[in-house]
Amino acid sequence: MHFLVAGGGPAGVTACETLRRLDPAAEITLLCGEPGEPYGRMAIPYYLIGNIDAEGTRLRKRHGYWEGLGIPLRHDRIASLVPDRDQVILEGGERLDFDRLLIATGAHPVSPPIPGIDLPGVVHCWTLEDAHAIAERADEGSKVVLMGAGFIGCIILESLVKRGVRLSVIEQGPRMVPRMLDEVAGGMLQAHCESQGVRVLTGTRAESIAESGGRLAVATSQGEIPADLVIVATGVRSNTGFLDGSGVDCDQGVLVDEHLESSRAGVFAAGDVAQGPDLLGGNRQVHAIQPTAVEHGRIAALNMAGQGARYPGSLNMNILDTLGLVSVSFGNWEGGGEHQTLSLDSRDAGRYLKLVFDDQDRLRGAIAVGHTEKVGILRGLIQSRRPLRGWRERLQRDPTRIAEAYVGAIEASA
Amino acid sequence: MQRALSIDPGKCTGCLQCELACSFEHTGLFNPSRSVIRVFTFHEEGRFVPYTCTQCAEAWCLQACPVDAIAINAATGAKEINEATCVGCKVCTIACPFGTVNYSQATGKVVKCDLCGGDPQCAEACPTQAITFVDADQTGLERMRHWAVKTDAAAHA
Ligand SMILES: Cc1cc2nc3c(=O)[nH]c(=O)nc-3n(C[C@H](O)[C@H](O)[C@H](O)COP(=O)(O)OP(=O)(O)OC[C@H]3O[C@@H](n4cnc5c(N)ncnc54)[C@H](O)[C@@H]3O)c2cc1C
Ligand code: SF4
Repeated sequence: MHFLVAGGGPAGVTACETLRRLDPAAEITLLCGEPGEPYGRMAIPYYLIGNIDAEGTRLRKRHGYWEGLGIPLRHDRIASLVPDRDQVILEGGERLDFDRLLIATGAHPVSPPIPGIDLPGVVHCWTLEDAHAIAERADEGSKVVLMGAGFIGCIILESLVKRGVRLSVIEQGPRMVPRMLDEVAGGMLQAHCESQGVRVLTGTRAESIAESGGRLAVATSQGEIPADLVIVATGVRSNTGFLDGSGVDCDQGVLVDEHLESSRAGVFAAGDVAQGPDLLGGNRQVHAIQPTAVEHGRIAALNMAGQGARYPGSLNMNILDTLGLVSVSFGNWEGGGEHQTLSLDSRDAGRYLKLVFDDQDRLRGAIAVGHTEKVGILRGLIQSRRPLRGWRERLQRDPTRIAEAYVGAIEASA
Repeated sequence: MQRALSIDPGKCTGCLQCELACSFEHTGLFNPSRSVIRVFTFHEEGRFVPYTCTQCAEAWCLQACPVDAIAINAATGAKEINEATCVGCKVCTIACPFGTVNYSQATGKVVKCDLCGGDPQCAEACPTQAITFVDADQTGLERMRHWAVKTDAAAHA
Protein backbone atom coordinates (compact mmCIF):
# COMPACT_ATOMS: atom_id res chain seq x y z
CA MET A 1 0.00 0.00 0.00
CA HIS A 2 1.40 3.40 -0.98
CA PHE A 3 -0.07 6.42 0.79
CA LEU A 4 0.88 9.65 -0.93
CA VAL A 5 0.39 12.76 1.18
CA ALA A 6 0.73 16.04 -0.70
CA GLY A 7 1.46 19.02 1.54
CA GLY A 8 3.74 19.34 4.55
CA GLY A 9 1.51 21.54 6.69
CA PRO A 10 -0.35 20.49 9.85
CA ALA A 11 -2.96 18.53 7.87
CA GLY A 12 -0.42 16.48 5.92
CA VAL A 13 1.84 15.93 8.91
CA THR A 14 -0.98 14.73 11.18
CA ALA A 15 -2.20 12.42 8.42
CA CYS A 16 1.26 10.88 7.98
CA GLU A 17 1.61 10.24 11.70
CA THR A 18 -1.83 8.69 11.95
CA LEU A 19 -1.19 6.48 8.91
CA ARG A 20 2.09 5.29 10.35
CA ARG A 21 0.42 4.40 13.65
CA LEU A 22 -2.31 2.47 11.87
CA ASP A 23 -0.05 0.73 9.38
CA PRO A 24 3.56 0.26 10.47
CA ALA A 25 4.49 -1.44 7.19
CA ALA A 26 2.89 0.84 4.61
CA GLU A 27 4.86 2.98 2.23
CA ILE A 28 4.13 6.63 3.03
CA THR A 29 5.51 9.59 1.06
CA LEU A 30 5.19 13.19 2.21
CA LEU A 31 5.49 15.81 -0.51
CA CYS A 32 6.63 19.17 0.82
CA GLY A 33 5.98 22.14 -1.40
CA GLU A 34 8.41 24.38 0.47
CA PRO A 35 12.06 23.98 1.43
CA GLY A 36 13.15 22.43 4.70
CA GLU A 37 11.18 20.38 7.19
CA PRO A 38 7.42 20.83 7.64
CA TYR A 39 6.68 24.03 9.53
CA GLY A 40 3.64 25.75 10.95
CA ARG A 41 2.48 29.00 9.40
CA MET A 42 1.00 29.90 12.76
CA ALA A 43 4.51 30.28 14.14
CA ILE A 44 5.34 33.07 11.68
CA PRO A 45 4.21 35.96 13.93
CA TYR A 46 6.55 34.72 16.67
CA TYR A 47 9.36 34.27 14.20
CA LEU A 48 8.87 37.87 13.06
CA ILE A 49 9.54 39.21 16.54
CA GLY A 50 12.54 36.94 17.09
CA ASN A 51 10.77 34.92 19.76
CA ILE A 52 11.79 31.76 17.88
CA ASP A 53 14.19 31.02 15.04
CA ALA A 54 13.35 29.19 11.80
CA GLU A 55 13.88 25.87 13.55
CA GLY A 56 11.33 26.90 16.18
CA THR A 57 8.66 27.07 13.48
CA ARG A 58 8.99 23.37 12.69
CA LEU A 59 5.88 21.32 13.30
CA ARG A 60 7.97 18.49 14.75
CA LYS A 61 11.12 19.31 16.59
CA ARG A 62 12.99 16.07 17.13
CA HIS A 63 15.99 15.52 14.88
CA GLY A 64 15.61 12.54 12.60
CA TYR A 65 11.88 12.46 13.34
CA TRP A 66 10.83 11.69 9.77
CA GLU A 67 13.54 9.11 9.20
CA GLY A 68 12.44 7.52 12.48
CA LEU A 69 8.90 7.22 11.15
CA GLY A 70 10.17 5.76 7.91
CA ILE A 71 8.50 8.57 5.97
CA PRO A 72 10.69 10.18 3.33
CA LEU A 73 10.21 13.91 2.76
CA ARG A 74 10.22 14.79 -0.90
CA HIS A 75 10.56 18.40 -1.89
CA ASP A 76 8.36 18.71 -4.94
CA ARG A 77 4.81 19.64 -5.80
CA ILE A 78 2.05 17.92 -7.70
CA ALA A 79 1.68 19.45 -11.15
CA SER A 80 -1.32 17.31 -12.08
CA LEU A 81 -3.37 14.30 -11.09
CA VAL A 82 -3.76 11.84 -13.95
CA PRO A 83 -7.50 11.44 -14.68
CA ASP A 84 -7.80 7.72 -15.35
CA ARG A 85 -4.99 6.31 -13.28
CA ASP A 86 -3.88 6.54 -9.64
CA GLN A 87 -0.85 8.57 -10.52
CA VAL A 88 0.40 12.12 -10.10
CA ILE A 89 2.89 14.06 -12.17
CA LEU A 90 5.26 16.17 -10.12
CA GLU A 91 6.49 19.61 -11.11
CA GLY A 92 9.94 18.04 -11.43
CA GLY A 93 8.48 15.79 -14.14
CA GLU A 94 8.49 12.49 -12.26
CA ARG A 95 5.40 10.29 -12.08
CA LEU A 96 4.34 8.70 -8.79
CA ASP A 97 1.76 5.94 -8.42
CA PHE A 98 -0.36 5.81 -5.30
CA ASP A 99 -3.04 3.64 -3.74
CA ARG A 100 -4.50 6.46 -1.64
CA LEU A 101 -3.82 10.16 -2.10
CA LEU A 102 -4.30 12.91 0.44
CA ILE A 103 -4.50 16.43 -0.92
CA ALA A 104 -3.32 18.67 1.90
CA THR A 105 -1.91 21.42 -0.24
CA GLY A 106 -3.29 24.34 1.74
CA ALA A 107 -4.02 27.71 0.23
CA HIS A 108 -2.25 30.63 -1.37
CA PRO A 109 -2.70 34.33 -0.72
CA VAL A 110 -4.59 36.36 -3.29
CA SER A 111 -4.03 40.00 -4.21
CA PRO A 112 -6.52 42.57 -5.35
CA PRO A 113 -5.97 43.45 -9.03
CA ILE A 114 -4.77 46.99 -8.49
CA PRO A 115 -1.92 48.82 -10.26
CA GLY A 116 1.41 48.44 -8.50
CA ILE A 117 0.55 45.24 -6.66
CA ASP A 118 3.64 43.52 -8.14
CA LEU A 119 6.13 46.21 -7.12
CA PRO A 120 9.12 45.21 -5.03
CA GLY A 121 8.30 45.95 -1.41
CA VAL A 122 4.75 44.69 -1.78
CA VAL A 123 4.62 41.28 -0.11
CA HIS A 124 2.30 38.69 1.37
CA CYS A 125 2.59 37.17 4.80
CA TRP A 126 1.93 33.51 4.19
CA THR A 127 5.19 31.56 4.03
CA LEU A 128 8.47 31.59 5.92
CA GLU A 129 10.00 33.12 2.82
CA ASP A 130 7.46 35.96 3.02
CA ALA A 131 8.41 36.39 6.66
CA HIS A 132 12.06 36.81 5.68
CA ALA A 133 11.08 39.50 3.19
CA ILE A 134 9.07 41.30 5.87
CA ALA A 135 11.84 41.02 8.44
CA GLU A 136 14.22 42.62 5.95
CA ARG A 137 12.15 45.75 5.51
CA ALA A 138 10.03 46.17 8.63
CA ASP A 139 12.61 47.95 10.74
CA GLU A 140 12.16 50.25 13.67
CA GLY A 141 10.56 53.47 12.47
CA SER A 142 9.82 52.24 8.94
CA LYS A 143 6.40 52.91 7.48
CA VAL A 144 4.32 49.82 6.89
CA VAL A 145 0.90 49.57 5.30
CA LEU A 146 -1.08 46.45 6.06
CA MET A 147 -3.74 45.85 3.43
CA GLY A 148 -6.52 43.82 4.97
CA ALA A 149 -7.57 43.51 8.60
CA GLY A 150 -8.91 39.99 8.29
CA PHE A 151 -7.75 37.24 10.58
CA ILE A 152 -4.28 36.85 9.04
CA GLY A 153 -3.74 40.61 8.90
CA CYS A 154 -4.71 40.97 12.53
CA ILE A 155 -2.63 38.04 13.67
CA ILE A 156 0.56 39.65 12.36
CA LEU A 157 -0.42 43.16 13.42
CA GLU A 158 1.06 42.77 16.88
CA SER A 159 4.39 41.47 15.54
CA LEU A 160 4.66 44.49 13.26
CA VAL A 161 3.99 46.89 16.13
CA LYS A 162 6.51 45.05 18.29
CA ARG A 163 9.11 45.50 15.58
CA GLY A 164 8.63 49.22 16.08
CA VAL A 165 7.21 50.09 12.67
CA ARG A 166 4.78 52.91 12.02
CA LEU A 167 1.74 50.95 11.00
CA SER A 168 -1.34 51.84 8.98
CA VAL A 169 -4.05 49.27 8.40
CA ILE A 170 -6.50 49.48 5.52
CA GLU A 171 -9.66 47.40 5.63
CA GLN A 172 -12.31 47.45 2.96
CA GLY A 173 -14.99 46.04 5.27
CA PRO A 174 -16.90 48.09 7.83
CA ARG A 175 -14.77 46.91 10.78
CA MET A 176 -11.72 44.89 11.70
CA VAL A 177 -11.94 41.08 11.27
CA PRO A 178 -15.50 41.34 9.95
CA ARG A 179 -15.80 37.57 9.53
CA MET A 180 -14.72 36.84 13.08
CA LEU A 181 -16.07 39.71 15.18
CA ASP A 182 -19.34 41.67 15.30
CA GLU A 183 -19.61 45.44 15.37
CA VAL A 184 -19.06 45.82 19.10
CA ALA A 185 -16.04 43.52 19.26
CA GLY A 186 -14.54 44.81 16.01
CA GLY A 187 -15.01 48.37 17.28
CA MET A 188 -13.26 47.52 20.54
CA LEU A 189 -10.36 46.05 18.64
CA GLN A 190 -10.06 49.12 16.45
CA ALA A 191 -10.19 51.52 19.40
CA HIS A 192 -7.56 49.46 21.16
CA CYS A 193 -5.23 49.46 18.13
CA GLU A 194 -5.65 53.19 17.72
CA SER A 195 -4.87 53.78 21.38
CA GLN A 196 -1.59 51.94 20.78
CA GLY A 197 -0.63 54.22 17.91
CA VAL A 198 -1.82 52.13 14.97
CA ARG A 199 -3.71 53.98 12.27
CA VAL A 200 -6.77 51.97 11.26
CA LEU A 201 -8.83 52.89 8.21
CA THR A 202 -11.94 50.76 7.89
CA GLY A 203 -14.37 51.08 4.99
CA THR A 204 -11.34 52.02 2.91
CA ARG A 205 -10.12 50.57 -0.37
CA ALA A 206 -6.58 50.54 -1.65
CA GLU A 207 -6.77 51.76 -5.23
CA SER A 208 -3.18 51.62 -6.44
CA ILE A 209 0.40 51.49 -5.30
CA ALA A 210 3.08 53.69 -6.81
CA GLU A 211 6.84 53.79 -6.38
CA SER A 212 9.29 56.64 -6.62
CA GLY A 213 12.88 56.69 -5.44
CA GLY A 214 12.51 53.42 -3.56
CA ARG A 215 9.53 54.71 -1.59
CA LEU A 216 6.02 53.37 -2.00
CA ALA A 217 2.74 55.20 -1.75
CA VAL A 218 -0.66 53.56 -1.43
CA ALA A 219 -3.54 55.51 -2.91
CA THR A 220 -6.77 54.83 -1.02
CA SER A 221 -10.29 56.13 -1.05
CA GLN A 222 -9.18 58.17 2.02
CA GLY A 223 -6.04 59.65 0.53
CA GLU A 224 -2.46 58.59 -0.01
CA ILE A 225 -0.34 56.72 2.55
CA PRO A 226 3.47 56.60 2.20
CA ALA A 227 5.13 53.24 2.88
CA ASP A 228 8.47 51.45 2.94
CA LEU A 229 6.68 48.12 2.91
CA VAL A 230 3.18 47.04 1.92
CA ILE A 231 1.85 43.75 3.29
CA VAL A 232 -1.08 42.30 1.39
CA ALA A 233 -3.36 40.18 3.56
CA THR A 234 -6.58 40.36 1.59
CA GLY A 235 -7.50 36.71 1.64
CA VAL A 236 -6.41 33.26 0.55
CA ARG A 237 -7.71 30.65 -1.87
CA SER A 238 -7.39 26.86 -1.74
CA ASN A 239 -4.64 25.27 -3.85
CA THR A 240 -6.73 23.19 -6.23
CA GLY A 241 -5.42 24.33 -9.63
CA PHE A 242 -3.51 21.11 -10.30
CA LEU A 243 -6.76 19.14 -10.04
CA ASP A 244 -8.35 20.62 -13.16
CA GLY A 245 -9.60 17.79 -15.36
CA SER A 246 -8.71 15.11 -12.79
CA GLY A 247 -12.24 14.11 -11.86
CA VAL A 248 -11.96 15.64 -8.39
CA ASP A 249 -14.87 18.04 -7.85
CA CYS A 250 -13.90 21.42 -6.47
CA ASP A 251 -15.85 24.50 -5.45
CA GLN A 252 -14.02 26.89 -3.08
CA GLY A 253 -11.89 23.92 -2.15
CA VAL A 254 -11.86 20.18 -2.80
CA LEU A 255 -15.37 19.00 -2.00
CA VAL A 256 -15.17 16.17 0.54
CA ASP A 257 -17.77 14.03 2.27
CA GLU A 258 -17.99 13.02 5.92
CA HIS A 259 -15.06 10.64 5.38
CA LEU A 260 -12.98 13.48 3.93
CA GLU A 261 -13.04 11.63 0.60
CA SER A 262 -13.41 13.58 -2.64
CA SER A 263 -15.66 12.77 -5.57
CA ARG A 264 -12.89 10.48 -6.79
CA ALA A 265 -12.53 7.24 -4.83
CA GLY A 266 -9.21 6.90 -3.03
CA VAL A 267 -8.50 10.62 -3.19
CA PHE A 268 -8.99 12.50 0.08
CA ALA A 269 -8.48 16.11 1.11
CA ALA A 270 -7.75 17.85 4.41
CA GLY A 271 -7.04 21.29 5.85
CA ASP A 272 -7.20 24.67 4.12
CA VAL A 273 -7.67 23.00 0.73
CA ALA A 274 -10.73 20.99 1.79
CA GLN A 275 -14.33 22.09 1.72
CA GLY A 276 -16.06 19.71 4.07
CA PRO A 277 -18.93 19.25 6.51
CA ASP A 278 -19.68 22.11 8.89
CA LEU A 279 -20.47 21.02 12.43
CA LEU A 280 -23.35 23.47 12.53
CA GLY A 281 -24.92 22.04 9.38
CA GLY A 282 -25.67 23.67 6.05
CA ASN A 283 -23.35 23.82 3.08
CA ARG A 284 -19.85 22.43 3.08
CA GLN A 285 -17.27 24.99 4.16
CA VAL A 286 -13.58 25.75 4.01
CA HIS A 287 -12.55 26.48 7.60
CA ALA A 288 -8.97 27.55 7.11
CA ILE A 289 -7.71 27.17 10.66
CA GLN A 290 -5.12 25.06 12.42
CA PRO A 291 -7.48 22.94 14.57
CA THR A 292 -9.51 21.96 11.50
CA ALA A 293 -6.35 21.07 9.58
CA VAL A 294 -5.22 18.58 12.24
CA GLU A 295 -8.68 17.07 12.71
CA HIS A 296 -9.10 16.69 8.98
CA GLY A 297 -5.65 15.15 8.69
CA ARG A 298 -6.33 12.58 11.37
CA ILE A 299 -9.77 11.59 10.16
CA ALA A 300 -8.77 11.46 6.50
CA ALA A 301 -5.93 9.13 7.50
CA LEU A 302 -8.28 6.86 9.45
CA ASN A 303 -10.41 6.54 6.35
CA MET A 304 -7.47 6.11 3.98
CA ALA A 305 -6.45 3.17 6.14
CA GLY A 306 -9.98 1.78 5.96
CA GLN A 307 -11.10 2.55 9.51
CA GLY A 308 -14.42 4.10 8.52
CA ALA A 309 -14.32 7.25 10.64
CA ARG A 310 -17.18 9.68 10.23
CA TYR A 311 -16.49 13.38 10.72
CA PRO A 312 -19.32 15.40 12.23
CA GLY A 313 -17.85 18.57 10.79
CA SER A 314 -15.51 21.41 11.61
CA LEU A 315 -16.25 24.34 13.87
CA ASN A 316 -14.94 27.71 12.87
CA MET A 317 -13.04 29.29 15.73
CA ASN A 318 -10.31 31.83 16.18
CA ILE A 319 -8.38 33.51 18.93
CA LEU A 320 -6.49 36.76 18.48
CA ASP A 321 -4.19 38.61 20.82
CA THR A 322 -3.87 42.14 19.57
CA LEU A 323 -1.48 44.20 21.66
CA GLY A 324 -2.89 42.70 24.83
CA LEU A 325 -6.54 42.58 23.86
CA VAL A 326 -7.62 38.97 23.45
CA SER A 327 -10.65 38.22 21.30
CA VAL A 328 -12.21 34.86 20.50
CA SER A 329 -15.02 33.73 18.29
CA PHE A 330 -16.76 30.44 17.68
CA GLY A 331 -19.31 29.11 15.23
CA ASN A 332 -22.44 31.02 14.43
CA TRP A 333 -21.85 34.20 16.43
CA GLU A 334 -24.08 36.18 14.08
CA GLY A 335 -27.26 34.60 15.43
CA GLY A 336 -30.45 35.63 13.67
CA GLY A 337 -33.45 33.48 12.82
CA GLU A 338 -34.77 31.49 15.75
CA HIS A 339 -31.57 32.09 17.68
CA GLN A 340 -31.48 33.89 20.96
CA THR A 341 -28.59 36.17 21.81
CA LEU A 342 -27.38 36.97 25.29
CA SER A 343 -24.68 39.56 25.61
CA LEU A 344 -22.86 41.53 28.21
CA ASP A 345 -21.25 44.65 26.92
CA SER A 346 -18.61 46.01 29.31
CA ARG A 347 -16.71 47.87 26.65
CA ASP A 348 -15.38 50.43 29.08
CA ALA A 349 -13.75 47.66 31.07
CA GLY A 350 -12.39 46.11 27.86
CA ARG A 351 -14.73 43.15 28.04
CA TYR A 352 -17.52 41.82 25.94
CA LEU A 353 -19.30 38.50 25.79
CA LYS A 354 -21.93 37.38 23.35
CA LEU A 355 -23.58 33.97 23.41
CA VAL A 356 -25.90 32.68 20.72
CA PHE A 357 -28.32 29.88 21.60
CA ASP A 358 -30.76 27.97 19.46
CA ASP A 359 -34.39 27.40 20.43
CA GLN A 360 -33.38 24.37 22.52
CA ASP A 361 -30.93 26.28 24.72
CA ARG A 362 -27.91 24.85 22.93
CA LEU A 363 -24.95 27.13 22.34
CA ARG A 364 -24.31 27.72 18.62
CA GLY A 365 -21.80 30.52 18.63
CA ALA A 366 -19.97 33.01 20.80
CA ILE A 367 -17.71 36.04 20.85
CA ALA A 368 -15.59 36.99 23.82
CA VAL A 369 -13.29 39.98 24.17
CA GLY A 370 -11.08 40.43 27.20
CA HIS A 371 -12.02 37.02 28.60
CA THR A 372 -9.33 34.36 28.52
CA GLU A 373 -10.39 32.06 31.35
CA LYS A 374 -11.86 28.74 30.25
CA VAL A 375 -12.78 29.96 26.78
CA GLY A 376 -12.46 26.38 25.54
CA ILE A 377 -15.73 25.46 27.20
CA LEU A 378 -17.47 27.52 24.54
CA ARG A 379 -16.23 24.99 22.03
CA GLY A 380 -17.24 22.12 24.33
CA LEU A 381 -20.76 23.44 24.62
CA ILE A 382 -21.20 23.99 20.91
CA GLN A 383 -19.66 20.69 19.93
CA SER A 384 -21.45 18.51 22.48
CA ARG A 385 -24.80 20.17 21.72
CA ARG A 386 -25.73 20.05 25.39
CA PRO A 387 -28.85 22.05 26.16
CA LEU A 388 -28.30 24.39 29.12
CA ARG A 389 -31.83 24.07 30.41
CA GLY A 390 -32.40 25.66 33.74
CA TRP A 391 -29.55 28.09 33.22
CA ARG A 392 -31.17 30.44 30.79
CA GLU A 393 -32.43 32.89 33.40
CA ARG A 394 -29.20 32.99 35.34
CA LEU A 395 -27.25 33.45 32.12
CA GLN A 396 -29.61 36.16 31.03
CA ARG A 397 -28.69 38.09 34.13
CA ASP A 398 -25.00 37.29 33.80
CA PRO A 399 -23.69 35.49 30.69
CA THR A 400 -20.21 35.28 32.21
CA ARG A 401 -21.54 32.43 34.34
CA ILE A 402 -21.33 30.20 31.27
CA ALA A 403 -18.38 28.22 32.69
CA GLU A 404 -20.41 27.50 35.81
CA ALA A 405 -23.36 26.47 33.68
CA TYR A 406 -21.10 24.08 31.82
CA VAL A 407 -19.63 22.45 34.90
CA GLY A 408 -23.06 22.38 36.50
CA ALA A 409 -24.47 20.60 33.48
CA ILE A 410 -21.66 18.00 33.51
CA GLU A 411 -22.41 17.37 37.16
CA ALA A 412 -26.12 17.06 36.54
CA SER A 413 -25.53 14.49 33.82
CA ALA A 414 -23.05 12.43 35.86
CA MET B 1 -0.96 1.25 35.98
CA GLN B 2 -1.22 4.99 35.41
CA ARG B 3 -3.07 7.02 37.96
CA ALA B 4 -5.56 9.82 37.54
CA LEU B 5 -7.28 12.45 39.62
CA SER B 6 -10.64 11.34 40.90
CA ILE B 7 -13.00 14.07 41.95
CA ASP B 8 -15.96 13.58 44.26
CA PRO B 9 -17.78 16.92 44.48
CA GLY B 10 -20.06 15.57 47.21
CA LYS B 11 -17.11 15.65 49.59
CA CYS B 12 -15.88 19.13 48.68
CA THR B 13 -16.43 21.82 51.31
CA GLY B 14 -15.03 24.65 49.19
CA CYS B 15 -12.01 25.23 51.43
CA LEU B 16 -9.79 25.95 48.38
CA GLN B 17 -6.74 24.19 49.81
CA CYS B 18 -6.30 22.57 46.40
CA GLU B 19 -6.10 25.91 44.63
CA LEU B 20 -3.54 27.17 47.12
CA ALA B 21 -1.42 24.04 46.86
CA CYS B 22 -1.61 24.04 43.07
CA SER B 23 -0.57 27.65 42.68
CA PHE B 24 2.26 27.19 45.17
CA GLU B 25 3.54 24.12 43.34
CA HIS B 26 3.50 25.83 39.98
CA THR B 27 4.42 29.43 40.77
CA GLY B 28 5.93 29.41 44.26
CA LEU B 29 3.14 31.68 45.46
CA PHE B 30 -0.13 31.02 47.25
CA ASN B 31 -2.28 32.66 44.61
CA PRO B 32 -5.49 30.81 43.71
CA SER B 33 -5.92 32.88 40.56
CA ARG B 34 -2.85 31.08 39.19
CA SER B 35 -4.08 27.63 40.11
CA VAL B 36 -4.86 25.19 37.30
CA ILE B 37 -7.48 23.46 39.42
CA ARG B 38 -10.51 25.58 40.04
CA VAL B 39 -13.32 25.05 42.53
CA PHE B 40 -16.68 26.08 41.13
CA THR B 41 -19.20 27.32 43.65
CA PHE B 42 -22.89 26.78 43.10
CA HIS B 43 -24.40 29.17 45.61
CA GLU B 44 -27.96 28.22 44.80
CA GLU B 45 -27.40 24.60 45.75
CA GLY B 46 -24.55 25.15 48.20
CA ARG B 47 -22.32 22.85 46.18
CA PHE B 48 -18.66 22.95 45.26
CA VAL B 49 -17.06 21.26 42.28
CA PRO B 50 -13.29 21.05 41.83
CA TYR B 51 -12.49 21.09 38.14
CA THR B 52 -9.34 20.50 36.15
CA CYS B 53 -7.90 18.68 33.11
CA THR B 54 -8.82 14.99 32.88
CA GLN B 55 -5.77 14.22 30.68
CA CYS B 56 -8.27 13.13 28.02
CA ALA B 57 -7.39 10.59 25.37
CA GLU B 58 -8.21 12.95 22.51
CA ALA B 59 -5.53 15.43 23.64
CA TRP B 60 -7.07 18.30 21.70
CA CYS B 61 -4.49 20.75 22.99
CA LEU B 62 -1.56 18.61 21.96
CA GLN B 63 -3.03 17.96 18.52
CA ALA B 64 -3.68 21.63 17.82
CA CYS B 65 -0.31 23.01 18.89
CA PRO B 66 1.58 24.35 15.85
CA VAL B 67 5.04 24.12 17.42
CA ASP B 68 5.08 20.77 19.20
CA ALA B 69 5.05 22.36 22.65
CA ILE B 70 2.73 19.83 24.30
CA ALA B 71 3.87 16.28 24.97
CA ILE B 72 2.66 13.27 26.88
CA ASN B 73 4.72 12.43 29.94
CA ALA B 74 5.41 8.74 29.42
CA ALA B 75 5.47 8.03 33.15
CA THR B 76 2.32 9.84 34.25
CA GLY B 77 0.30 10.12 31.04
CA ALA B 78 -0.13 13.83 31.66
CA LYS B 79 -0.17 16.21 28.72
CA GLU B 80 2.50 18.73 29.62
CA ILE B 81 3.31 22.17 28.24
CA ASN B 82 6.95 22.70 27.39
CA GLU B 83 7.27 26.35 28.39
CA ALA B 84 10.47 26.88 26.47
CA THR B 85 8.79 25.84 23.22
CA CYS B 86 5.34 27.39 23.70
CA VAL B 87 4.98 30.64 21.76
CA GLY B 88 1.77 31.65 23.52
CA CYS B 89 -0.46 31.47 20.45
CA LYS B 90 -3.39 30.25 22.58
CA VAL B 91 -4.86 27.99 19.92
CA CYS B 92 -4.86 25.15 22.46
CA THR B 93 -7.05 27.22 24.78
CA ILE B 94 -9.85 27.24 22.22
CA ALA B 95 -9.18 23.72 20.96
CA CYS B 96 -9.65 22.18 24.43
CA PRO B 97 -13.41 21.68 24.80
CA PHE B 98 -13.14 21.52 28.58
CA GLY B 99 -11.54 24.93 28.97
CA THR B 100 -8.74 23.46 31.06
CA VAL B 101 -5.81 24.98 29.18
CA ASN B 102 -5.55 28.66 29.99
CA TYR B 103 -3.41 31.58 28.99
CA SER B 104 -1.30 33.19 31.67
CA GLN B 105 -0.76 36.88 31.17
CA ALA B 106 2.03 36.65 33.73
CA THR B 107 4.19 34.31 31.66
CA GLY B 108 2.86 34.85 28.14
CA LYS B 109 2.45 31.06 27.89
CA VAL B 110 -0.35 28.65 28.61
CA VAL B 111 -0.81 26.57 31.73
CA LYS B 112 -2.60 23.32 32.43
CA CYS B 113 -2.59 20.48 34.94
CA ASP B 114 0.56 18.35 34.70
CA LEU B 115 -0.30 16.05 37.61
CA CYS B 116 2.72 17.62 39.36
CA GLY B 117 4.95 15.00 37.76
CA GLY B 118 3.02 12.18 39.46
CA ASP B 119 2.40 13.64 42.91
CA PRO B 120 -0.55 15.98 42.52
CA GLN B 121 -0.48 18.58 45.25
CA CYS B 122 -4.22 19.27 45.08
CA ALA B 123 -4.98 15.70 46.11
CA GLU B 124 -2.29 15.91 48.76
CA ALA B 125 -3.79 19.10 50.18
CA CYS B 126 -7.46 18.15 50.10
CA PRO B 127 -8.56 17.47 53.69
CA THR B 128 -11.79 15.65 52.79
CA GLN B 129 -10.65 13.32 50.00
CA ALA B 130 -12.82 15.11 47.49
CA ILE B 131 -9.74 14.90 45.26
CA THR B 132 -7.80 11.64 45.25
CA PHE B 133 -5.13 10.21 43.00
CA VAL B 134 -6.07 6.65 42.12
CA ASP B 135 -5.62 3.94 39.52
CA ALA B 136 -6.96 5.33 36.29
CA ASP B 137 -9.70 2.77 35.74
CA GLN B 138 -11.36 3.58 39.08
CA THR B 139 -11.80 7.27 38.56
CA GLY B 140 -14.95 9.19 38.02
CA LEU B 141 -13.54 10.10 34.65
CA GLU B 142 -16.52 8.64 32.89
CA ARG B 143 -18.37 11.69 34.07
CA MET B 144 -16.52 13.83 31.68
CA ARG B 145 -16.01 11.07 29.18
CA HIS B 146 -19.64 10.85 28.26
CA TRP B 147 -19.52 14.51 27.65
CA ALA B 148 -16.48 13.92 25.64
CA VAL B 149 -16.92 15.63 22.36
CA LYS B 150 -15.49 13.44 19.66
CA THR B 151 -14.30 14.43 16.26
CA ASP B 152 -15.07 11.07 14.76
CA ALA B 153 -17.33 8.14 15.34
CA ALA B 154 -14.52 5.58 15.05
CA ALA B 155 -12.33 4.12 17.73
CA HIS B 156 -9.21 6.13 18.28
CA ALA B 157 -6.11 4.84 16.64
C1 LIG C 1 0.85 34.21 9.55
C2 LIG C 1 -0.22 33.18 9.78
C3 LIG C 1 -0.77 33.04 11.05
C4 LIG C 1 -1.78 32.10 11.30
N1 LIG C 1 -2.30 32.01 12.54
C5 LIG C 1 -3.30 31.13 12.79
C6 LIG C 1 -3.88 31.04 14.09
O1 LIG C 1 -3.51 31.76 15.01
N2 LIG C 1 -4.86 30.11 14.29
C7 LIG C 1 -5.27 29.29 13.30
O2 LIG C 1 -6.14 28.46 13.57
N3 LIG C 1 -4.74 29.36 12.07
C8 LIG C 1 -3.77 30.26 11.79
N4 LIG C 1 -3.24 30.34 10.53
C9 LIG C 1 -3.78 29.45 9.49
C10 LIG C 1 -3.12 28.09 9.57
O3 LIG C 1 -1.73 28.23 9.51
C11 LIG C 1 -3.62 27.21 8.44
O4 LIG C 1 -5.00 27.01 8.62
C12 LIG C 1 -2.91 25.87 8.40
O5 LIG C 1 -1.55 26.03 8.13
C13 LIG C 1 -3.54 24.95 7.37
O6 LIG C 1 -2.83 23.76 7.31
P1 LIG C 1 -2.75 22.91 5.98
O7 LIG C 1 -1.92 21.73 6.32
O8 LIG C 1 -4.11 22.70 5.45
O9 LIG C 1 -2.02 23.83 4.90
P2 LIG C 1 -0.60 24.54 4.90
O10 LIG C 1 -0.08 24.72 6.26
O11 LIG C 1 -0.75 25.72 4.04
O12 LIG C 1 0.35 23.47 4.17
C14 LIG C 1 0.18 23.16 2.82
C15 LIG C 1 1.44 22.56 2.27
O13 LIG C 1 1.22 22.11 0.94
C16 LIG C 1 2.29 22.51 0.11
N5 LIG C 1 1.79 22.55 -1.28
C17 LIG C 1 1.13 23.54 -1.90
N6 LIG C 1 0.82 23.19 -3.18
C18 LIG C 1 1.30 21.92 -3.35
C19 LIG C 1 1.30 21.00 -4.44
N7 LIG C 1 0.73 21.29 -5.61
N8 LIG C 1 1.89 19.79 -4.25
C20 LIG C 1 2.45 19.47 -3.04
N9 LIG C 1 2.47 20.30 -2.00
C21 LIG C 1 1.91 21.51 -2.14
C22 LIG C 1 2.69 23.84 0.69
O14 LIG C 1 3.97 24.19 0.32
C23 LIG C 1 2.59 23.54 2.18
O15 LIG C 1 3.75 22.90 2.63
C24 LIG C 1 -2.22 31.26 10.25
C25 LIG C 1 -1.66 31.38 8.99
C26 LIG C 1 -0.67 32.34 8.74
C27 LIG C 1 -0.09 32.47 7.36
S1 SF4 D 1 -0.25 28.37 23.32
FE1 SF4 D 1 1.71 27.27 23.42
S2 SF4 D 1 1.14 25.16 23.91
FE2 SF4 D 1 -0.75 26.18 23.25
S3 SF4 D 1 -0.90 25.71 21.07
FE3 SF4 D 1 0.18 27.68 21.21
S4 SF4 D 1 2.35 27.19 21.26
FE4 SF4 D 1 1.24 25.27 21.67
